[in-house]
This record gives sequence, structure tokens and C-alpha cells, in this order.
Amino acid sequence: MLVADAVGFRFPGAAVDAVADVTLTMRRGQVTAILGPNGAGKTTLFRLLAGFMRPTSGEVRLDDRALTSIRPAERARLVAVSAQNPERPEAWTGLEVTLMGRVPHLSGRQLENSRDLEIARAALERLDAMELAGRPFGQLSGGEQQRVLLARALCQDTPVVLLDEPTSQLDPKHALTVARVCRELAADGRAVGCVLHDVNLATQLADVVVMLKRGRVVAQGPPRQALTPERLIDVYGVRPALLDHGGRPVVVFHGDG
Amino acid sequence: MTARSPLTPRRFALTLLGLLAATALATGLAAWIGAAPLDWSQVGVEGSNAAAVLWDQRVPRILTALLAGAILGMSGAALQGLLRNDLAEPFILGVSGGAGLGSALATVLGLASLGELLGGFGGALVALLGVTALATRHGRVRPLDMLLIGVIVNAFAGAALLLMQALVDAATVQRILLRLMGSLSADPTQPWVPYVLAGTAGLAAVVLARSAQALNVLSLGDDTARSLGVAPDRLRLLLFVVVSLPIGAAVAATGMIGFVGLIVPHAVRLVAGPDHRLLLPASALGGALVLVLADTLVRGLEPVIGTELPVGIVTALLGGPLFIALLRRTSGGG
Repeated sequence: MLVADAVGFRFPGAAVDAVADVTLTMRRGQVTAILGPNGAGKTTLFRLLAGFMRPTSGEVRLDDRALTSIRPAERARLVAVSAQNPERPEAWTGLEVTLMGRVPHLSGRQLENSRDLEIARAALERLDAMELAGRPFGQLSGGEQQRVLLARALCQDTPVVLLDEPTSQLDPKHALTVARVCRELAADGRAVGCVLHDVNLATQLADVVVMLKRGRVVAQGPPRQALTPERLIDVYGVRPALLDHGGRPVVVFHGDG
Repeated sequence: MTARSPLTPRRFALTLLGLLAATALATGLAAWIGAAPLDWSQVGVEGSNAAAVLWDQRVPRILTALLAGAILGMSGAALQGLLRNDLAEPFILGVSGGAGLGSALATVLGLASLGELLGGFGGALVALLGVTALATRHGRVRPLDMLLIGVIVNAFAGAALLLMQALVDAATVQRILLRLMGSLSADPTQPWVPYVLAGTAGLAAVVLARSAQALNVLSLGDDTARSLGVAPDRLRLLLFVVVSLPIGAAVAATGMIGFVGLIVPHAVRLVAGPDHRLLLPASALGGALVLVLADTLVRGLEPVIGTELPVGIVTALLGGPLFIALLRRTSGGG
């Protein structure tokens, strides 16, 4: 269970907090989606939850331990992160990149063993990326690279999985694959957190959505309750229509608020 | 071309054994070839001319070439990984300027060769650590700042060096230039040079071997590296300090030998892949191999052309075209 307790963050020299007084809980067995418009503080909050930065106020806790007090090597066995703007390791093959997810588990071994390879292949398989295993990363398209990087995070095999915009470059079929994998990870008893751009993807895969506006949480709860028309206008500044698709809300934005 | 498999013990061992065998052969060749033919029946005889040439001249020189080459290859590979930049090489971070200026300052002050060695070493260290400090803000080393500041420090030191040369007499200028061009020939007054190279290189090799997996992970970016348990800023600081010692020692002892530290890691990467667990030791062996061969060529040519070419000229003249040929063949076939 990953908990943010009144977490705030202000960049050095900034006049206002990028993230202010955020309290949320990512439970095992659930997918939590963080939503909000550009510049709402989603990625800053994500980096705080991943332990990449120390909050300037409040605390992030992982199973009742302060995240910043956990040594990086141990944290890597507990929290897997797929960050949004990684470097492009051009010369590495898809399988080699995926295998890097095993690094926290090598514990002194110099080389990966056949079990690590098996886990990496299974992760690629799961994201429909097996045909990318032998290809140099630099020759893959943006969406193919994104699938390999997600496989890398799966390969880390951790109780908490955090994904920043995991479908931003994917075609509909592979975006649905990622949504299904997120559900499966939660069904395994893991806590899954996603920063999402796409409101409809959030309604499809999230148990809980957290809406951010100017660094603050304005709504938190199951998609049906959190995503009301009034709130969508308030947060995104555009007028939505909420349709029903087999019991799931579908949001269509169609004009100025 | 079939896809490369992830690193296996077999590929690791075969690549390193192959390079080791090639380096051993080259070392034998280097001992064989020299300005004067050697009477091999006499090399075991104490006090003979052949023994003096082999043990006092050729062996220290070959050792220096092997060690300096290994240092350049290994630290070039490490810096390219640390800075995530293909153009990084051991001299880029202000080292060439700092070492040149430090050594020239010692020459101008009238210090003997030990003073010049220490001046070069100190200059290289001050430059490398200074560039690291200037590029660090809030405990974070910024790779791109580092490259820019390094280039500027080199240019600044180069200008200061020219200024110094404009102010001193011709004989001093000549001595400064000779030291800048560098040579692997053994200085009989400084017999400990190979030991210092070996000591600093050994320390760096141990630390780099323990950091190889972290360097791999760093290629995914700082945040992903953090999520995999690596602290990128601490890693960069540690490794910059650790590689600056052998680089400083090599540049002080042998001058600016260009291209080895840039090209050997790239050539190894093209053949053996980007995994630092193999790339680092293979680049060390590759650097040793290339530099010992280049120096053997220098010594073989000396009686023919009547002068000792600076070995850095040979590495650049031969290494450049060979590397481009390798690059074109590999990228064409892949």
C-alpha cells in the first residue's frame, strides 16, 4: 500500500507549490489513476510517489515506512516505475532492455540466469512485444519502444507498479492490452498507479481516480462518482457529454466551458 | 545477421579470451621489434647489452603502452556511458588543457622531469575535478553542462598555454611541445611510472567492475535508473573521481594520445554490444592492444625514417579510417 500523506512539493525558487496537500492511498488489488490537465502537477506527484524526489512537506509511505528512508536497492524490489521520458538506449535489443528490470533481483550475481530470461520473455509476451526482443531499441517506433519499456517495468516483478502515461504512444489495440495488463496486475494483488491523460482509459481501467487541478486533489473516488460533468468542466475547462457504454461512463468533450 | 542474445558467460569469456590472445601476440611482437636487432641468446645474461635493451627499454615501454592503452579504452567507455554521449573521451573534460598547462608550467619554472610529471598529473586532476564541481548544482551532476564546461576549460587552457609559449625562449617552447606530443619511451630517471599507471588503473578497474550493471541501467535515463536502485548523481561523482586518477597519470606520463579512448569503446560496442559488463574489460584490452601495436609501428619505423613519430599521430592516422570502415560495414550489414 502506497500512501501520500499531505504531500507537498515546491521547486526551488518557485512562488507556489507544484503539488500541495495531496493525500491519497494506492491499495493492493486496485488500479489508481491520476488525472488532470497539462501542468496540474501529475508528473511531479508521480515522481514523489516513486521516491525520486523528497516532498517539501508531508510524507509518502510504503506499507507504513517512509519511502525516502528505504534504501534505493530495496525500493527497487518494491516499486517498479515506468517513467515518461527515458533515454533511448539505441544499441540495446528489446530483450536486453527488458532484462534490466531484473537488476534489483540479481543480488550480487553478475549475469542474469535462465529464470531471469524466462521472466523477461514472459513480460514481452504479455505486452505483445515478443517480436521486438531481438531488434535494436533505436530501430523501434515510439509505440514499440513504449511497450518494451513497460515490459521492463513488469519484469521487475514488484508489489507496487507506477506507470506515467503508459499508453501515450500506443495504437488502440495495444492501449487495450496495457489496460488489461494493469487489471491483471491488480488482480495479482499489486497496487497499480497510472498517470493518465485519457479520461476514458481511466474509466475503463481504474478502481479509483484522483483528479488534480493546480497541484491539488479536487476529486477522489470510483470513476462514476469522481467524474461528474461539473467537475470535468471545472478541471478541464471544456464541456463534456457523459455517455453510457455498457455501464461504463464515456466522456466526450465537445465545446468550451 | 542473427539478433544478438543477451550477455552469456560464453560470449563474455570468448570475447575477452580472444582479445587477451591478440594482446599477448602483439606484446610478443613488440618485444621482438625495435631500432636495433636483439641477440636473444644474450637477454638472460646479466650486464649484457641485449639484456639492458630488453629489460631497461623495451619492457618498461611495452608495459607503459599496455597500461596507458587500457586506461584510455576503459575510461573512454566509462565516460561515454556516464555522460550518455558518444563523443565523450578521456580528454574531453578539460583534461588535455589542464595536463598541458600544468606540465608546461613546471617546464617554465625550470623543474626537471619529475616536476613536469607531477605538474601534468596535478593539472589533469584539477581540471577534471574542477569541471565536475562546476557542473554540479544541488548535488546533481549535469552531464551536458559537464561537456560544455570541459570544452571551454580545454580552450581556455589552450590559450593560456599559447600565451605562456609566447613569453618564453625558443628552447623552452621546444621542450613544452615535445612533452605535449607525448611518447611512450621509458624515462630512466622515473622507473616507477608503470607502477603508478598500474595502481591507479587497478583501482578504477575494481570500482568500474562493480558499477558495470549500474552503467547499463543509466542508459535508460536517470529516473528509470533510480527506480532500479541506482543513485545516478552519486554514481557519476564516484566514477568521475575514480577514473580521473588513471587518466591524469596516463596523460602526465605519455602525453595526449588521442583517438584510442574515443574509438576503441565504439569499435568494441559494434562487435560485442553495449553491455558494460563486457564493454569495460573489452575496451581495456582493446586499448592496450591498439596502443602496443601503434607503438610497435612507431619503433619499427624509427630506423627507416630516422625519427620517432609521436604515437598519437599513428593512432589518429590509422585509427580514424579503420574505424569509419568498421562503422560503415556494421551499420550496412545490420
